[in-house]
Amino acid sequence: MKPSAASMRARPALRSVRAGLRDSLFLYAAAIAGALLLAAGLVAITGESWSGVPKALLDGAFLAPGRWGDTLTIAAPMLLVALGMVVAVKGGFFNIGQEGQLLMGALAMSLAGTKFAGPGPVLLVSGLVLGAVAGGAYAGIAAAMRFRRGVPEVISTLLLVFVAYQMVGFAITTDWLLRDLDPDRPSQAVSSAPLPESVRLPMISVFGNEFHIGVVIALLAAGAGAFLLLRSVPGFKLRLLGFSPEVARQAGVPVERGGRLALFLSGAFAGLSGAVMLSGGASSARLTAGFSTEIGWQGLLVALVARNRPLVCIPVALVFAALRTGSGFLAATGVDRKVVDVIQALLVLALLLPPAVRFVLDRPRATAGADQGGPDG
Amino acid sequence: MTTDDGAERPALELLGMTKRYGSVVACDRIDLSLYRGEIHGILGENGAGKTTLMRLVFGLAAPDSGTVKIDGIPRSIPDPIEAGKWGIGMVHQHYSLVDALTVWENVALGEGGRLEPEATRHRIRRISGRYGLAVDPEARVRNLPAGIRQRVEIIKCLSRDPRIVLLDEPTSTLTPSESEQLFEVLAEGARAESWAVALVSHKLDEIIRATDRITVLRDGRVVDRMPTGDADTSLLAEAMVGRPDTLRTSTATGRNRELRNGRTRPDAGAASATGPPMLRISRAAALNEDRSVGLDRFSVEVPAGEIVGVAGAEGNGQTTLADVLAGLIPLDSGKVEVDGEAIPTGRAGAMFAAGVAVIPADRHRSGCVLEMTVAENLMIPLLDRLQRGGLLRREEIIRNAEQLMAEYGIVAYGPDAPLEQLSGGNQQRVVVARALAAGPKVIVAHQPTRGLDVGSAGYVGERLRRAAGEGAAILLISTDLREIVSLADRVVIINRGKAVGETSSGDDRHLQRLGLLMGGTGKLEELR
Repeated sequence: MKPSAASMRARPALRSVRAGLRDSLFLYAAAIAGALLLAAGLVAITGESWSGVPKALLDGAFLAPGRWGDTLTIAAPMLLVALGMVVAVKGGFFNIGQEGQLLMGALAMSLAGTKFAGPGPVLLVSGLVLGAVAGGAYAGIAAAMRFRRGVPEVISTLLLVFVAYQMVGFAITTDWLLRDLDPDRPSQAVSSAPLPESVRLPMISVFGNEFHIGVVIALLAAGAGAFLLLRSVPGFKLRLLGFSPEVARQAGVPVERGGRLALFLSGAFAGLSGAVMLSGGASSARLTAGFSTEIGWQGLLVALVARNRPLVCIPVALVFAALRTGSGFLAATGVDRKVVDVIQALLVLALLLPPAVRFVLDRPRATAGADQGGPDG
Repeated sequence: MTTDDGAERPALELLGMTKRYGSVVACDRIDLSLYRGEIHGILGENGAGKTTLMRLVFGLAAPDSGTVKIDGIPRSIPDPIEAGKWGIGMVHQHYSLVDALTVWENVALGEGGRLEPEATRHRIRRISGRYGLAVDPEARVRNLPAGIRQRVEIIKCLSRDPRIVLLDEPTSTLTPSESEQLFEVLAEGARAESWAVALVSHKLDEIIRATDRITVLRDGRVVDRMPTGDADTSLLAEAMVGRPDTLRTSTATGRNRELRNGRTRPDAGAASATGPPMLRISRAAALNEDRSVGLDRFSVEVPAGEIVGVAGAEGNGQTTLADVLAGLIPLDSGKVEVDGEAIPTGRAGAMFAAGVAVIPADRHRSGCVLEMTVAENLMIPLLDRLQRGGLLRREEIIRNAEQLMAEYGIVAYGPDAPLEQLSGGNQQRVVVARALAAGPKVIVAHQPTRGLDVGSAGYVGERLRRAAGEGAAILLISTDLREIVSLADRVVIINRGKAVGETSSGDDRHLQRLGLLMGGTGKLEELR
């Protein structure tokens, strides 16, 4: 190796990293500013005060009393789902059925909490484990179809989401399954019985903000995920599998078993996420038809924006959660709920735009990098 | 030059065409004349400069010097569109079709003006009928077998009414009857439409069958030219690969033996004399993904410390052979034994665990991982050593990478450089280092020096020789006769998935035979 060549190449590389970071920050700032501008315009058109939009969003997400605790509570399951997405993508698979896997996890948790007998903590832990297994097994259906019949997992995982909706609907309307038969229940809407108080995740309270320890679980999972992916042999093999199945196969990584495992783990994260949501008290710890509230879809977007880096998923999940809690507040200021939905969608689009732009800009460079002829004939 | 056509002006005349790639001279002052109504065969080994020459004529590469005259008038051809204007059409060796598009869409691609589907389809049907090249204009290219795709290439070329037709190794993926049909098309075009045809090939028999005139290239230079009527297969083979007496001094046997004797290898030498060969492939048969024959009862034995070459024209089962030994695909029948032990084929990591390392021809597919760093690529075969309790030992990995980078002269800004930022030559050094790092018993090197400059190629050869000296059994699969002759102790010829002949490097008429066998005209009996 020539040292001169080494030092010559190191600097441009560093410079390009810095330039890339600067470009990204600029893109994000521009996209969010654009979205806020559009949002303000929309609010003004519908006759409300546009100047209050950013303030309401910030208040709702962080500043008003107790709000950042709510934001963290929503960020935790999103982060878990995103981590599952990262595992799948690193292994070379696109599992986009987290919404369904999450529901299966919540279903398992609900069953464990309301149908099993035993001390609360035992039920809680077994519910969380069962939730993860249920989510993993649900993704496993897609894995089996992929490796037995060659069904693309993108399609099967997506369609299984709609099956999951139906299964939850069936469970909560069936007497011998989860249906709440208590005549004194507060709402007439069909749902499962609530988890007993003893089967809930312990809460943490800081400065008047409350969140459950699922937040800690999710943070630990992100840290562990990053560490394992980069530093462990299984993580290395998973990445190898994702980048080049041929090289992985030669090196002794069983492609099919590895693929099944990656998809199972991916689903398990989503399942755990659902179990955490339910035992964390989401929707009053009752399984309902709309229980998932699109956390599964949004977690997917988190992984996309974080470009599959586990630790980057943490702030991104926080931003997405803040958008939800913030726009909840915005609705409370009198802005039409429909307009709030549009504003939230605009901001999500703003977050997705920079990675998309980067992808499009990088693509010609990637193809130009391929060998261009040479003395070959 | 021959004088019998002296009066007629050539349709295309090349004078002193020269093209360098770095230190390699791909074309060295080549003169060539194509006449109307004639098929001109351009014969040479891989790397002789044939494809480069065609690329220069078609405007795909710019010559460093030289003149192109069309109908006697000097022209510059900066790009294929300009080439098309002067009536030059080309059929490429590697298909330049878009898989996702239909046949007629592919034909229309690259034509100026509006898209006229009906007119294009009509034109395709007319050419199909005229030359017996049946193809459905509405078919998607993705769904067509190799032979039909080649047909589409040809129709695409002919649809522009070329007067000068260049074909670069057009038969490499065709069956004999498909090749025969192609030659009929060319003969018909030359006769009825007065095309001037250049047919590039390394197959002796088809050059002799299909052409009127032959030019032989070697190392980027014209070494011989003659009317086909005067050609003699043995002389052509010799011209193509070089004179035996100049090459014999550099054949491998002596040098390898020297190297082996110079080192003290306590067991390998003795084992090869008495025990089973280090690698034995017996009656191996496998189909390719598209159900075509990959290997057909192919057998070979490689003793420890020996380099055995597998020579053959491209597409005769070499990739299947390498993939089987990489553990990527299973055999349908037959077996692979390493050190006397049968190894299950097609099972992940089984070959690797048995000590078989592969340097693949297509390094981007199965040789390395472009998205990972140099250090990560270099740790793949050494995973067991570079971990503790399932965790990667970061310092060890970096040290291993630095050591291999120094040993194999890999230039990168550090072990953490992404592999995709390295030059092709350095990527190949990583692939070689990765294959040899674990000290394998068997090394399968498939086109290990393709696309490398002379220095890197020499280095890779040197490493293989040294590995053999240290007792590894090496199977060198290559279409480059020069590479095989300079490295291998023994050579097996592969043709349509079969081992059709075997010869040792010391043999006097060795090269000529190799040329004949590779060209498909040699008979097995001649070797006995």
